[in-house]
Amino acid sequence: MKSLLGLYLDPNDAANAMDGLKEGGFEVGTFDVLTGTPYPEGAFGEHVPQHRLFRFPAFGAIIGFSLSLFLTTATQLAYPLITGGKPILSIFAMLIIMYEMTMLSAVIFSVIGIIFESRLPNIAPGVYDPRITEGYIGVVISVEDSDLNKAKKILEKSGSEEIKEA
Amino acid sequence: MQQRDNENRLSQEYTNSVLLNGTLQTPKWWPYLVSILGFFVVIGFVLFGIQIKYGLGVTGLNRPIYWGLYITTFVFWVGISHAGIMISAILRLTQAEWRRPVTRAAEILTIFSLATALVFPLIHAGRTWRIVYWLIPYDASRGIWPNIRSPLFMDPIAISTYLTGSTLFLFVALLPDLAVLRDRTTGFRKGFYTILALGWRGNPRQWKMQVVGGILLSALMLPIFVSVHSIVSWDFAVTTAVEGWHSTIFAPYFVIGAVHSGVSAVVTMMALMRWGWGWNEFIRPEHFDALARLLTVVATAWLGFTFLELLFALYGLDAPEIALREMQIFQYPWNMLFLTFLLTGYILPVPMWIFKRIRTNIALMFWSSILVNIGMWLERFLIIVPGLARRTPFVFTWEAYSPSWFEWYILFWSFCWVTLLMLIFSRVFPLVPLFEQKESEVFSDDIKIGRATVPTIFREEEE
Repeated sequence: MKSLLGLYLDPNDAANAMDGLKEGGFEVGTFDVLTGTPYPEGAFGEHVPQHRLFRFPAFGAIIGFSLSLFLTTATQLAYPLITGGKPILSIFAMLIIMYEMTMLSAVIFSVIGIIFESRLPNIAPGVYDPRITEGYIGVVISVEDSDLNKAKKILEKSGSEEIKEA
Repeated sequence: MQQRDNENRLSQEYTNSVLLNGTLQTPKWWPYLVSILGFFVVIGFVLFGIQIKYGLGVTGLNRPIYWGLYITTFVFWVGISHAGIMISAILRLTQAEWRRPVTRAAEILTIFSLATALVFPLIHAGRTWRIVYWLIPYDASRGIWPNIRSPLFMDPIAISTYLTGSTLFLFVALLPDLAVLRDRTTGFRKGFYTILALGWRGNPRQWKMQVVGGILLSALMLPIFVSVHSIVSWDFAVTTAVEGWHSTIFAPYFVIGAVHSGVSAVVTMMALMRWGWGWNEFIRPEHFDALARLLTVVATAWLGFTFLELLFALYGLDAPEIALREMQIFQYPWNMLFLTFLLTGYILPVPMWIFKRIRTNIALMFWSSILVNIGMWLERFLIIVPGLARRTPFVFTWEAYSPSWFEWYILFWSFCWVTLLMLIFSRVFPLVPLFEQKESEVFSDDIKIGRATVPTIFREEEE
């Protein structure tokens, strides 16, 4: 298995390369586009990724709520200080702490979700070129050795400035 | 280096080189300024150590004024911290284009001012280590647990939530820029950025998560941002014994005041960034113009709350509260402070911002934003101290507070400390989000309408 990276200056050339790879019979998941800035979704005819990010904050909020309910209840019951004959569990005060801890947990889980859904950390990022963060657009493809020349030709034909192999 | 591409947009290479000029190189003034600030910061830590050794007697705090300059400064820095989420989250959610060069600096300001604010209750407590008993829910041998009914406990919970959330928010938004730095450094620094960038490549999935995740975090951070200063205000508002504090209006009043001071601090910072690093092409007069328009609205709303506070006292005709307001407004020296507060917080800066020539004049915007924060610090001082200083029945001492030079120095230290942290941050991470800047170049163009050529911003359709 080899990886190829075609570098483009013009977004249209990169989009043509993506189309060429699709027409060349390469599976959608095997090639991708790398950019130094967000482009409009579908600008390169790329596969639009699906995600489940919104489940993370919901799950985090449930955990935060449960933990804060336990903490606020347990600490008051552990030191039962009766004030003015009122109940030990002070609901309004508990709500404030529970709100903060629920939100905190939702934020922490959202960040975990963003990192997970971005497929990070990526320990072996594969073929890459620092010029991508300078404005070049990279089209990267993983191919069997037998398809290497075919993929290379498609990248060249679409006007790549350089092709890197790894 | 080519500054603009064929479509007359700033090239990404140029954007990287200019906006990383303070990170990849050391500006000439940087070591001198950091050394001077570091010197003052070290003195502050020494004074803090002396205070721990000799106790709060080194301050001017004495009965009945137990909350003085330290708590005033604590509230002030919490207020400044509201800049980050105000700018970053609200403007991101509303897709305001002009937010782009501002967001990172505002988020950093949030983090460092919050971290500084958190230090002040520790300093104020005198015996700092005892806060552990007060805050941490662990089963001590005495069997005493934190009192969750106290706003003084809710406060650190809210601030810690805000600080943690803001830091994570900043980290997520930094990921693409960390990859830029990884690609432009060598040796130890490359290793450092490689670890922090987590293997970022810039594929559509990662960019989508940046956009969707940014909006999600903004939506989550906004309610936290409102709750934090509300809870800070309850430190005062639930105290029935101090007439000037016991007010239902305090939560929104504090929040809007915090936005006023926080956004003004962002203006100060943007001017300094423009002058210090020469980012004239990125931080432009139109950004100051937009911020001044926003500030005019915020400041006017805040002034409304200030007068409502006084009006409510008049409606209630509660004798102790009337006496307190009389003291704040008519008695020397409080009246001088009150006048200065009104002049600097609203009367001088806001009418200036009506004129576009002033809104786009960076020096005037800088000085007017400084004025606002002088006023906003005084506002907190005038809320906290006179309320405690007023003569009440059955007391034998009043108006006994004169801040010691220790307290004044620690106030000065806090400014040096925040500035120092920002400068150190600027050497490690970019102060302006590179990818946001580049994105705006991708999503903008000039179009012809009739004979006029107008700049336009494209926006993707929401699904």
